[in-house]
Amino acid sequence: MQNRIVVGAHYGLRDWLAQRVTATVMALYTVFFVVNLFCLPEFSAEAWRAMFAGGFMRFATFLFWLALFFHAWVGVRDIFMDYIKPVGVRLIAHSVVAFLLIGYAGWAAQILWRL
Amino acid sequence: MSDTTIKKPRPKHLDLKVIRLPLPGFVSILHRVSGAGLFLMLPVLLWLFGSSVGGPEAVAQAKSVVANPLVKLVLFGLLWAYLHHFCAGIRFLLLDMHKGLDLPTARKSAGAVLVVSLTLTVLIGAKIFLG
Ligand code: HEM
Repeated sequence: MQNRIVVGAHYGLRDWLAQRVTATVMALYTVFFVVNLFCLPEFSAEAWRAMFAGGFMRFATFLFWLALFFHAWVGVRDIFMDYIKPVGVRLIAHSVVAFLLIGYAGWAAQILWRL
Repeated sequence: MSDTTIKKPRPKHLDLKVIRLPLPGFVSILHRVSGAGLFLMLPVLLWLFGSSVGGPEAVAQAKSVVANPLVKLVLFGLLWAYLHHFCAGIRFLLLDMHKGLDLPTARKSAGAVLVVSLTLTVLIGAKIFLG
């Protein structure tokens, strides 16, 4: 029986929560990043690079990118659900976004572990 | 899926020339716009990040791309997008936790989001792009 009134895009509690958790991770990382930036001995390409090569920073930065991609997945899907009504088109759009984001995650890993 | 959606009749008033969007609504729509913009520009951001931590040639190449005024403008826009989305996002998280829900406070915090993110954009943008 279906007696729930569903309006708008935010009926997936798990996604809603995931979006908030990833938002918090990104916000914390942003503060951490800015603090690290101000602790740099000098603003140069070498110092910038060395900052991300540090073990914890590399891990935190990767976590940030992953949170971002997951967050964008939920967010962009919400936007598509609002504006793209034909189910087929929506499915294709969702798939394109999913593949793009998975690709980006690989790209981010490659950038960070080449350092 | 769509057939389980029960259409609830809601008042519709969508004439853009007549609507006066209140400040919190303005912040909200800009949050969506900034999120979408950031998503669309992710390849650019990843490329820039990768180049900036790459070798000297990669860094030099990124620098020459960023020297283009049009690119600067886009990056300036993205800086604003991140800062607005960040500030508005934190405001939404607080609202979700029922902090600042009453209308006067919600109006004030919406105004603060706009002012703080614009100010930070100008300050950080000037620091990055003007040296
Ligand atoms: C510190 C960083 C960030 C924070 C605190 C944050 C916070 C949030 C929050 C709380 C929401 C849910 C808003 C709602 O349901 O009404 C949201 C939505 C969204 N975010 Fe973020 N976000 C951050 C970074 C990003 C980034 C980097 C992107 C882009 C790739 C992004 C893309 C989106 C999109 C597309 C939505 C959906 C907007 C909508 O449904 O109107 N966010 N964000």
